[in-house]
Amino acid sequence: MFEFVNVKYKEIVDLPSFCIEEGKVTTLVGQSGSGKTTILKLLNKMISPTQGKVLFKGKDLKEINSVLHRRNVVMLTQNSAIFPGTIRDNLNIGLMFQEKKEADDEVLKQILKKIMLSKDLDAPVATLSGGEKQRLALGRLLLLNPEVYLLDEPSSALDDETEEIIIKMLIEHVHIYNKTIIMVTHSKNIAEKYSDTIIEVERGRIAGRREVNARHH
Amino acid sequence: MHGIIDLTIFQILLAYIFVLILLAIVKARGIKREKEIIIASLRMTLQLVLVGYILVYIFNNPSPFITVLIIFIMESFAIYTVLKRFSEGLFPAFKRVIVFSMSTGTIACIFYFLFLVVQVSPWYDPQYFIPIAGMLIGNSMTGISLGVKSLLEGMKTQKNLVEEALVLGATPQAATKKIVDDSFDAAIMPTINSMLGMGIVFLPGMMTGQILSGTAPTTAIAYQIAIMLGILGAVALSVFVMLQLGYRTFFNKEDQLFYDLF
Ligand SMILES: Nc1ncnc2c1ncn2[C@@H]1O[C@H](COP(=O)(O)OP(=O)(O)O)[C@@H](O)[C@H]1O
Ligand SMILES: [Mg+2]
Repeated sequence: MFEFVNVKYKEIVDLPSFCIEEGKVTTLVGQSGSGKTTILKLLNKMISPTQGKVLFKGKDLKEINSVLHRRNVVMLTQNSAIFPGTIRDNLNIGLMFQEKKEADDEVLKQILKKIMLSKDLDAPVATLSGGEKQRLALGRLLLLNPEVYLLDEPSSALDDETEEIIIKMLIEHVHIYNKTIIMVTHSKNIAEKYSDTIIEVERGRIAGRREVNARHH
Repeated sequence: MHGIIDLTIFQILLAYIFVLILLAIVKARGIKREKEIIIASLRMTLQLVLVGYILVYIFNNPSPFITVLIIFIMESFAIYTVLKRFSEGLFPAFKRVIVFSMSTGTIACIFYFLFLVVQVSPWYDPQYFIPIAGMLIGNSMTGISLGVKSLLEGMKTQKNLVEEALVLGATPQAATKKIVDDSFDAAIMPTINSMLGMGIVFLPGMMTGQILSGTAPTTAIAYQIAIMLGILGAVALSVFVMLQLGYRTFFNKEDQLFYDLF
Protein backbone atom coordinates (compact mmCIF):
# COMPACT_ATOMS: atom_id res chain seq x y z
CA MET A 1 0.00 0.00 0.00
CA PHE A 2 2.88 2.33 0.90
CA GLU A 3 6.27 2.08 -0.70
CA PHE A 4 9.35 4.08 0.25
CA VAL A 5 11.87 4.65 -2.54
CA ASN A 6 15.22 6.00 -1.34
CA VAL A 7 13.54 8.36 1.09
CA LYS A 8 15.44 10.83 3.18
CA TYR A 9 13.94 13.49 5.39
CA LYS A 10 16.58 16.02 6.36
CA GLU A 11 19.17 14.17 8.46
CA ILE A 12 16.44 12.45 10.40
CA VAL A 13 15.49 9.36 8.40
CA ASP A 14 17.17 7.42 5.60
CA LEU A 15 14.96 4.67 4.19
CA PRO A 16 16.32 3.06 1.01
CA SER A 17 13.24 0.94 0.30
CA PHE A 18 10.48 -0.76 2.17
CA CYS A 19 6.77 -1.50 1.86
CA ILE A 20 3.78 -1.43 4.15
CA GLU A 21 1.00 -3.81 3.24
CA GLU A 22 -2.68 -3.15 2.92
CA GLY A 23 -5.13 -4.68 5.37
CA LYS A 24 -2.38 -5.49 7.85
CA VAL A 25 -1.23 -4.23 11.21
CA THR A 26 2.30 -2.89 10.92
CA THR A 27 4.07 -1.80 14.07
CA LEU A 28 7.08 0.49 14.31
CA VAL A 29 9.25 0.01 17.35
CA GLY A 30 12.47 1.71 18.40
CA GLN A 31 14.02 4.12 20.84
CA SER A 32 12.56 7.55 21.26
CA GLY A 33 14.16 9.94 18.81
CA SER A 34 14.82 7.17 16.29
CA GLY A 35 12.43 8.64 13.70
CA LYS A 36 9.15 6.72 14.13
CA THR A 37 6.93 9.79 14.26
CA THR A 38 8.77 11.22 11.27
CA ILE A 39 7.97 8.06 9.28
CA LEU A 40 4.27 8.36 10.13
CA LYS A 41 4.27 12.01 9.07
CA LEU A 42 5.77 11.02 5.74
CA LEU A 43 2.87 8.59 5.27
CA ASN A 44 0.10 11.16 5.72
CA LYS A 45 2.01 13.93 3.94
CA MET A 46 2.36 16.15 6.96
CA ILE A 47 5.93 16.32 5.66
CA SER A 48 7.40 15.39 2.29
CA PRO A 49 10.71 13.60 1.69
CA THR A 50 13.65 15.91 1.07
CA GLN A 51 14.93 13.14 -1.21
CA GLY A 52 13.29 10.15 -2.87
CA LYS A 53 9.58 9.44 -2.90
CA VAL A 54 6.76 7.76 -1.06
CA LEU A 55 4.20 5.85 -3.14
CA PHE A 56 0.61 5.23 -2.07
CA LYS A 57 -1.07 2.47 -4.08
CA GLY A 58 1.63 2.91 -6.69
CA LYS A 59 1.13 6.66 -7.00
CA ASP A 60 3.69 9.25 -5.90
CA LEU A 61 2.30 11.14 -2.93
CA LYS A 62 3.51 14.33 -4.60
CA GLU A 63 0.70 13.92 -7.10
CA ILE A 64 -1.98 13.40 -4.48
CA ASN A 65 -3.76 16.32 -2.81
CA SER A 66 -2.47 16.53 0.77
CA VAL A 67 -5.76 17.39 2.44
CA LEU A 68 -7.71 14.65 0.66
CA HIS A 69 -4.93 12.17 1.43
CA ARG A 70 -5.04 13.03 5.13
CA ARG A 71 -8.78 12.39 5.16
CA ASN A 72 -8.08 8.89 3.94
CA VAL A 73 -4.94 8.26 6.00
CA VAL A 74 -5.83 9.70 9.38
CA MET A 75 -3.31 10.04 12.20
CA LEU A 76 -3.56 9.85 15.95
CA THR A 77 -0.75 12.14 17.07
CA GLN A 78 1.61 11.32 19.88
CA ASN A 79 0.09 13.80 22.30
CA SER A 80 -3.26 14.36 20.69
CA ALA A 81 -4.56 17.85 21.23
CA ILE A 82 -8.11 18.11 22.49
CA PHE A 83 -10.11 21.14 21.34
CA PRO A 84 -11.83 23.39 23.87
CA GLY A 85 -15.50 22.48 24.31
CA THR A 86 -17.47 19.34 25.13
CA ILE A 87 -16.94 15.67 24.37
CA ARG A 88 -19.51 15.93 21.59
CA ASP A 89 -17.65 18.89 20.04
CA ASN A 90 -14.42 16.92 20.04
CA LEU A 91 -15.93 13.86 18.46
CA ASN A 92 -17.65 15.90 15.78
CA ILE A 93 -14.74 18.21 15.01
CA GLY A 94 -13.00 15.68 12.76
CA LEU A 95 -16.17 15.31 10.71
CA MET A 96 -16.43 19.08 10.53
CA PHE A 97 -12.83 19.41 9.33
CA GLN A 98 -13.54 16.81 6.66
CA GLU A 99 -16.66 18.73 5.62
CA LYS A 100 -18.90 15.79 6.53
CA LYS A 101 -22.23 15.73 8.31
CA GLU A 102 -22.23 15.72 12.15
CA ALA A 103 -22.96 12.35 13.75
CA ASP A 104 -26.17 11.58 15.64
CA ASP A 105 -25.94 11.24 19.40
CA GLU A 106 -26.71 7.53 19.03
CA VAL A 107 -23.60 7.02 16.94
CA LEU A 108 -21.52 9.14 19.30
CA LYS A 109 -22.69 7.11 22.29
CA GLN A 110 -21.66 3.89 20.57
CA ILE A 111 -18.22 5.36 20.04
CA LEU A 112 -17.98 6.35 23.71
CA LYS A 113 -18.79 2.74 24.60
CA LYS A 114 -16.11 1.44 22.27
CA ILE A 115 -13.45 3.66 23.81
CA MET A 116 -14.74 2.92 27.32
CA LEU A 117 -15.47 6.50 28.21
CA SER A 118 -18.44 6.62 30.52
CA LYS A 119 -19.09 10.34 30.28
CA ASP A 120 -21.89 12.54 29.14
CA LEU A 121 -21.65 13.89 25.59
CA ASP A 122 -22.15 17.37 27.03
CA ALA A 123 -19.34 17.01 29.58
CA PRO A 124 -16.56 19.57 29.20
CA VAL A 125 -13.23 18.10 28.14
CA ALA A 126 -11.16 20.32 30.44
CA THR A 127 -11.39 17.91 33.36
CA LEU A 128 -10.58 14.69 31.47
CA SER A 129 -7.48 12.75 32.49
CA GLY A 130 -4.62 12.08 30.09
CA GLY A 131 -5.84 8.56 29.38
CA GLU A 132 -9.40 9.74 28.81
CA LYS A 133 -8.20 12.40 26.38
CA GLN A 134 -6.20 9.82 24.48
CA ARG A 135 -9.25 7.58 24.14
CA LEU A 136 -11.40 10.54 23.11
CA ALA A 137 -8.90 11.32 20.34
CA LEU A 138 -9.14 7.70 19.27
CA GLY A 139 -12.93 7.91 19.20
CA ARG A 140 -12.65 11.01 17.02
CA LEU A 141 -10.59 8.94 14.59
CA LEU A 142 -12.98 5.97 14.49
CA LEU A 143 -15.85 8.26 13.50
CA LEU A 144 -13.93 9.34 10.42
CA ASN A 145 -13.78 5.79 9.14
CA PRO A 146 -10.59 6.24 7.10
CA GLU A 147 -8.86 3.60 5.00
CA VAL A 148 -5.61 3.80 6.97
CA TYR A 149 -5.06 4.52 10.66
CA LEU A 150 -1.68 5.93 11.70
CA LEU A 151 -1.44 5.56 15.45
CA ASP A 152 1.47 7.22 17.25
CA GLU A 153 1.72 5.56 20.64
CA PRO A 154 -2.06 5.17 20.95
CA SER A 155 -1.94 3.66 24.41
CA SER A 156 0.93 5.57 26.04
CA ALA A 157 -1.35 7.15 28.65
CA LEU A 158 -3.39 4.02 29.41
CA ASP A 159 -2.90 1.43 32.13
CA ASP A 160 -2.07 -2.11 30.99
CA GLU A 161 -5.59 -3.40 31.34
CA THR A 162 -7.29 -0.57 29.44
CA GLU A 163 -4.52 -0.65 26.86
CA GLU A 164 -5.20 -4.29 26.12
CA ILE A 165 -8.96 -3.77 25.73
CA ILE A 166 -8.66 -0.64 23.60
CA ILE A 167 -6.04 -2.03 21.23
CA LYS A 168 -8.01 -5.26 20.90
CA MET A 169 -11.14 -3.26 20.04
CA LEU A 170 -9.16 -1.28 17.46
CA ILE A 171 -7.72 -4.34 15.79
CA GLU A 172 -11.14 -5.97 15.61
CA HIS A 173 -12.70 -2.81 14.23
CA VAL A 174 -10.03 -2.62 11.60
CA HIS A 175 -10.44 -6.24 10.59
CA ILE A 176 -14.19 -6.07 10.31
CA TYR A 177 -13.95 -3.09 7.99
CA ASN A 178 -10.76 -4.32 6.29
CA LYS A 179 -8.62 -1.30 7.15
CA THR A 180 -4.89 -0.84 7.54
CA ILE A 181 -3.11 0.10 10.77
CA ILE A 182 0.39 1.45 11.06
CA MET A 183 1.26 2.13 14.66
CA VAL A 184 4.09 3.06 16.94
CA THR A 185 4.24 1.47 20.34
CA HIS A 186 6.63 1.01 23.22
CA SER A 187 4.72 -1.99 24.50
CA LYS A 188 6.42 -5.27 23.59
CA ASN A 189 3.29 -7.13 24.58
CA ILE A 190 1.07 -5.13 22.21
CA ALA A 191 3.57 -5.34 19.38
CA GLU A 192 3.98 -9.12 19.62
CA LYS A 193 0.36 -9.89 20.19
CA TYR A 194 -1.38 -7.76 17.59
CA SER A 195 1.03 -7.02 14.74
CA ASP A 196 1.34 -8.74 11.41
CA THR A 197 4.66 -7.04 10.81
CA ILE A 198 7.09 -5.46 13.24
CA ILE A 199 9.57 -2.95 11.88
CA GLU A 200 12.46 -1.91 14.05
CA VAL A 201 13.68 1.66 13.61
CA GLU A 202 17.13 2.66 14.75
CA ARG A 203 18.67 6.10 14.30
CA GLY A 204 16.51 6.87 11.29
CA ARG A 205 17.07 3.54 9.55
CA ILE A 206 15.23 0.26 9.37
CA ALA A 207 17.17 -2.13 11.58
CA GLY A 208 14.92 -5.14 11.22
CA ARG A 209 11.64 -6.41 9.90
CA ARG A 210 9.73 -9.40 11.16
CA GLU A 211 6.47 -11.05 10.17
CA VAL A 212 4.50 -12.19 13.19
CA ASN A 213 2.00 -15.02 13.16
CA ALA A 214 0.88 -14.87 16.73
CA ARG A 215 -2.54 -13.53 15.89
CA HIS A 216 -5.24 -15.89 14.68
CA HIS A 217 -8.13 -14.59 12.68
CA MET B 1 -19.17 82.35 16.66
CA HIS B 2 -16.00 84.09 17.76
CA GLY B 3 -12.95 84.41 15.57
CA ILE B 4 -9.78 82.39 16.02
CA ILE B 5 -7.30 83.62 18.63
CA ASP B 6 -3.86 83.48 17.06
CA LEU B 7 -1.40 82.41 19.74
CA THR B 8 1.61 84.67 20.06
CA ILE B 9 5.07 83.32 20.76
CA PHE B 10 4.77 84.66 24.29
CA GLN B 11 1.52 82.78 24.87
CA ILE B 12 3.09 79.53 23.66
CA LEU B 13 6.08 80.07 25.92
CA LEU B 14 3.65 80.32 28.83
CA ALA B 15 2.47 76.78 27.97
CA TYR B 16 6.02 75.48 28.47
CA ILE B 17 5.49 76.16 32.17
CA PHE B 18 3.95 72.69 32.26
CA VAL B 19 7.26 71.17 31.18
CA LEU B 20 9.09 73.12 33.87
CA ILE B 21 6.64 71.88 36.49
CA LEU B 22 7.15 68.29 35.36
CA LEU B 23 10.93 68.75 35.43
CA ALA B 24 10.73 70.15 38.95
CA ILE B 25 8.69 67.17 40.08
CA VAL B 26 10.97 64.48 38.65
CA LYS B 27 14.03 66.30 39.94
CA ALA B 28 12.60 66.55 43.44
CA ARG B 29 11.66 62.88 43.46
CA GLY B 30 14.96 61.74 42.00
CA ILE B 31 13.36 60.14 38.93
CA LYS B 32 16.01 60.15 36.22
CA ARG B 33 13.86 61.29 33.33
CA GLU B 34 14.91 64.94 32.84
CA LYS B 35 16.79 64.21 29.67
CA GLU B 36 13.89 62.35 28.04
CA ILE B 37 11.41 65.05 29.00
CA ILE B 38 13.57 67.81 27.54
CA ILE B 39 14.27 65.84 24.37
CA ALA B 40 10.60 64.95 23.93
CA SER B 41 9.50 68.58 24.38
CA LEU B 42 12.14 69.83 21.96
CA ARG B 43 11.40 67.18 19.35
CA MET B 44 7.67 67.76 19.59
CA THR B 45 8.21 71.49 19.06
CA LEU B 46 10.71 71.16 16.23
CA GLN B 47 8.78 68.46 14.38
CA LEU B 48 5.52 70.39 14.52
CA VAL B 49 7.13 73.69 13.48
CA LEU B 50 8.76 71.92 10.57
CA VAL B 51 5.55 70.16 9.56
CA GLY B 52 3.74 73.49 9.89
CA TYR B 53 6.02 75.18 7.40
CA ILE B 54 5.92 72.20 5.06
CA LEU B 55 2.13 72.18 5.17
CA VAL B 56 1.98 75.94 4.49
CA TYR B 57 4.16 75.40 1.46
CA ILE B 58 2.13 72.42 0.25
CA PHE B 59 -1.21 74.16 0.75
CA ASN B 60 0.04 77.17 -1.19
CA ASN B 61 1.41 75.02 -4.00
CA PRO B 62 -1.02 72.11 -4.37
CA SER B 63 0.27 69.52 -6.79
CA PRO B 64 -0.70 65.90 -7.40
CA PHE B 65 2.95 64.94 -7.34
CA ILE B 66 3.55 66.29 -3.85
CA THR B 67 0.32 64.78 -2.51
CA VAL B 68 1.25 61.35 -3.84
CA LEU B 69 4.77 61.71 -2.50
CA ILE B 70 3.44 62.53 0.96
CA ILE B 71 1.05 59.58 0.97
CA PHE B 72 3.96 57.39 -0.07
CA ILE B 73 6.10 58.69 2.79
CA MET B 74 3.32 58.21 5.35
CA GLU B 75 2.58 54.72 4.06
CA SER B 76 6.26 53.72 4.10
CA PHE B 77 6.73 55.05 7.58
CA ALA B 78 3.67 53.15 8.85
CA ILE B 79 4.78 49.89 7.20
CA TYR B 80 8.33 50.35 8.46
CA THR B 81 7.01 50.88 12.00
CA VAL B 82 5.03 47.62 11.88
CA LEU B 83 7.87 45.60 10.36
CA LYS B 84 10.34 46.95 12.87
CA ARG B 85 8.11 46.11 15.78
CA PHE B 86 7.99 42.43 14.81
CA SER B 87 11.45 42.24 13.32
CA GLU B 88 12.22 38.86 14.86
CA GLY B 89 8.96 37.01 14.32
CA LEU B 90 8.48 37.82 10.64
CA PHE B 91 9.54 35.74 7.66
CA PRO B 92 9.82 37.27 4.18
CA ALA B 93 6.49 36.02 2.81
CA PHE B 94 4.64 37.44 5.79
CA LYS B 95 6.46 40.76 5.47
CA ARG B 96 5.28 41.01 1.89
CA VAL B 97 1.72 40.35 3.03
CA ILE B 98 1.96 43.20 5.55
CA VAL B 99 3.27 45.62 2.93
CA PHE B 100 0.57 44.60 0.48
CA SER B 101 -2.36 44.66 2.89
CA MET B 102 -1.37 47.95 4.52
CA SER B 103 -0.98 49.76 1.22
CA THR B 104 -3.96 48.32 -0.67
CA GLY B 105 -6.32 48.48 2.32
CA THR B 106 -5.57 52.09 3.19
CA ILE B 107 -5.25 53.42 -0.35
CA ALA B 108 -8.57 51.87 -1.40
CA CYS B 109 -10.28 53.47 1.60
CA ILE B 110 -8.58 56.85 1.17
CA PHE B 111 -9.73 57.13 -2.42
CA TYR B 112 -13.22 55.89 -1.68
CA PHE B 113 -13.50 58.36 1.18
CA LEU B 114 -12.19 61.37 -0.67
CA PHE B 115 -13.95 60.83 -3.99
CA LEU B 116 -17.31 59.44 -2.95
CA VAL B 117 -17.85 60.61 0.62
CA VAL B 118 -16.19 64.04 0.77
CA GLN B 119 -16.08 64.55 -3.02
CA VAL B 120 -12.90 66.60 -2.98
CA SER B 121 -11.86 68.47 -6.08
CA PRO B 122 -9.22 68.65 -7.31
CA TRP B 123 -8.56 65.08 -6.17
CA TYR B 124 -5.14 65.92 -4.79
CA ASP B 125 -6.28 68.89 -2.65
CA PRO B 126 -3.69 68.57 0.13
CA GLN B 127 -5.88 70.23 2.73
CA TYR B 128 -8.16 67.17 2.68
CA PHE B 129 -5.92 64.50 1.32
CA ILE B 130 -3.11 64.75 3.84
CA PRO B 131 -4.99 64.80 7.17
CA ILE B 132 -7.47 62.16 6.07
CA ALA B 133 -4.80 59.85 4.67
CA GLY B 134 -2.84 60.37 7.88
CA MET B 135 -5.74 59.30 10.05
CA LEU B 136 -6.65 56.25 7.97
CA ILE B 137 -3.05 55.10 7.66
CA GLY B 138 -2.29 55.72 11.33
CA ASN B 139 -5.29 53.75 12.53
CA SER B 140 -4.70 50.92 10.08
CA MET B 141 -1.15 50.71 11.31
CA THR B 142 -2.37 50.17 14.86
CA GLY B 143 -4.94 47.62 13.66
CA ILE B 144 -2.42 45.70 11.55
CA SER B 145 0.03 45.64 14.47
CA LEU B 146 -2.58 44.14 16.76
CA GLY B 147 -3.68 41.66 14.10
CA VAL B 148 -0.14 40.54 13.31
CA LYS B 149 0.69 40.17 16.99
CA SER B 150 -2.40 38.07 17.60
CA LEU B 151 -1.84 35.90 14.51
CA LEU B 152 1.81 35.21 15.37
CA GLU B 153 0.97 34.43 18.98
CA GLY B 154 -1.98 32.26 18.00
CA MET B 155 0.06 30.23 15.52
CA LYS B 156 2.72 29.74 18.16
CA THR B 157 0.62 28.88 21.20
CA GLN B 158 -2.03 26.90 19.29
CA LYS B 159 0.33 25.16 16.91
CA ASN B 160 -0.63 21.77 18.34
CA LEU B 161 -4.32 22.42 17.60
CA VAL B 162 -3.51 23.51 14.05
CA GLU B 163 -1.43 20.37 13.58
CA GLU B 164 -4.18 18.22 15.06
CA ALA B 165 -6.73 19.75 12.69
CA LEU B 166 -4.46 19.04 9.72
CA VAL B 167 -3.97 15.37 10.56
CA LEU B 168 -7.74 15.05 10.87
CA GLY B 169 -8.04 16.27 7.29
CA ALA B 170 -8.67 20.00 7.72
CA THR B 171 -7.67 22.51 5.08
CA PRO B 172 -5.19 25.13 6.31
CA GLN B 173 -8.04 27.61 6.21
CA ALA B 174 -10.25 25.50 8.50
CA ALA B 175 -7.31 24.64 10.75
CA THR B 176 -6.53 28.31 11.41
CA LYS B 177 -10.07 29.69 11.35
CA LYS B 178 -10.27 30.34 15.08
CA ILE B 179 -6.88 32.03 15.24
CA VAL B 180 -7.71 34.22 12.24
CA ASP B 181 -11.13 35.18 13.64
CA ASP B 182 -9.70 36.00 17.07
CA SER B 183 -6.98 38.11 15.45
CA PHE B 184 -9.52 40.06 13.43
CA ASP B 185 -11.47 40.68 16.60
CA ALA B 186 -8.38 41.84 18.49
CA ALA B 187 -7.46 44.20 15.67
CA ILE B 188 -10.80 45.98 15.28
CA MET B 189 -11.85 46.10 18.95
CA PRO B 190 -10.01 49.36 19.77
CA THR B 191 -11.74 51.11 16.87
CA ILE B 192 -15.14 49.79 17.95
CA ASN B 193 -14.46 50.83 21.55
CA SER B 194 -13.47 54.31 20.54
CA MET B 195 -16.71 54.58 18.55
CA LEU B 196 -18.62 53.60 21.68
CA GLY B 197 -16.95 56.28 23.78
CA MET B 198 -17.04 58.92 21.07
CA GLY B 199 -18.38 62.27 22.25
CA ILE B 200 -18.97 61.08 25.80
CA VAL B 201 -15.67 59.85 27.12
CA PHE B 202 -13.60 62.03 24.84
CA LEU B 203 -13.71 64.47 21.97
CA PRO B 204 -11.48 63.18 19.23
CA GLY B 205 -8.45 65.21 18.26
CA MET B 206 -9.61 66.12 14.81
CA MET B 207 -12.90 67.50 16.06
CA THR B 208 -11.25 69.38 18.91
CA GLY B 209 -8.86 70.93 16.44
CA GLN B 210 -11.64 71.97 14.08
CA ILE B 211 -13.74 73.46 16.86
CA LEU B 212 -10.77 75.37 18.28
CA SER B 213 -10.00 76.79 14.88
CA GLY B 214 -13.54 78.13 14.53
CA THR B 215 -15.48 75.47 12.62
CA ALA B 216 -19.11 75.10 13.71
CA PRO B 217 -19.41 72.06 16.03
CA THR B 218 -22.11 70.58 13.77
CA THR B 219 -19.77 70.63 10.78
CA ALA B 220 -16.96 69.25 12.91
CA ILE B 221 -19.25 66.45 14.06
CA ALA B 222 -20.35 65.58 10.54
CA TYR B 223 -16.69 65.24 9.57
CA GLN B 224 -15.93 63.27 12.69
CA ILE B 225 -18.69 60.76 11.98
CA ALA B 226 -17.54 60.33 8.41
CA ILE B 227 -13.89 59.98 9.34
CA MET B 228 -14.70 57.50 12.09
CA LEU B 229 -16.50 55.30 9.57
CA GLY B 230 -13.61 55.73 7.15
CA ILE B 231 -11.18 54.63 9.86
CA LEU B 232 -13.34 51.60 10.63
CA GLY B 233 -13.36 50.68 6.94
CA ALA B 234 -9.62 51.15 6.48
CA VAL B 235 -8.74 49.16 9.62
CA ALA B 236 -11.16 46.34 8.79
CA LEU B 237 -10.13 46.09 5.15
CA SER B 238 -6.38 46.16 5.69
CA VAL B 239 -6.56 43.70 8.61
CA PHE B 240 -8.87 41.39 6.67
CA VAL B 241 -6.54 41.29 3.69
CA MET B 242 -3.53 40.80 5.97
CA LEU B 243 -5.14 37.83 7.76
CA GLN B 244 -6.53 36.16 4.64
CA LEU B 245 -3.13 36.20 2.98
CA GLY B 246 -1.13 35.98 6.21
CA TYR B 247 -2.31 32.63 7.60
CA ARG B 248 -1.44 30.98 4.30
CA THR B 249 2.23 31.98 4.62
CA PHE B 250 2.59 29.50 7.49
CA PHE B 251 1.89 26.68 5.00
CA ASN B 252 3.61 25.51 1.85
CA LYS B 253 1.96 24.50 -1.43
CA GLU B 254 1.49 20.96 -0.09
CA ASP B 255 -0.62 22.29 2.81
CA GLN B 256 2.16 21.44 5.25
CA LEU B 257 3.17 23.65 8.16
CA PHE B 258 6.58 25.24 7.81
CA TYR B 259 8.08 23.67 10.90
CA ASP B 260 11.18 25.82 10.73
CA LEU B 261 9.30 29.11 10.97
CA PHE B 262 8.35 28.98 14.62
N1 LIG C 1 10.77 19.30 12.25
C1 LIG C 1 11.91 18.80 12.74
N2 LIG C 1 13.06 19.45 12.46
C2 LIG C 1 14.23 18.99 12.92
N3 LIG C 1 14.35 17.91 13.67
C3 LIG C 1 13.25 17.20 14.00
C4 LIG C 1 11.97 17.63 13.55
N4 LIG C 1 11.06 16.75 14.02
C5 LIG C 1 11.75 15.82 14.73
N5 LIG C 1 13.06 16.08 14.71
C6 LIG C 1 14.13 15.26 15.30
O1 LIG C 1 14.17 14.05 14.58
C7 LIG C 1 14.44 12.96 15.41
C8 LIG C 1 13.37 11.89 15.26
O2 LIG C 1 12.17 12.39 15.82
P1 LIG C 1 10.85 11.52 15.89
O3 LIG C 1 10.51 11.06 14.52
O4 LIG C 1 9.84 12.32 16.61
O5 LIG C 1 11.31 10.27 16.76
P2 LIG C 1 10.43 9.21 17.55
O6 LIG C 1 9.01 9.39 17.19
O7 LIG C 1 10.99 7.89 17.12
O8 LIG C 1 10.67 9.45 19.01
C9 LIG C 1 14.57 13.51 16.81
O9 LIG C 1 15.94 13.68 17.07
C10 LIG C 1 13.87 14.86 16.72
O10 LIG C 1 14.42 15.77 17.63
MG1 LIG D 1 7.46 9.88 18.34
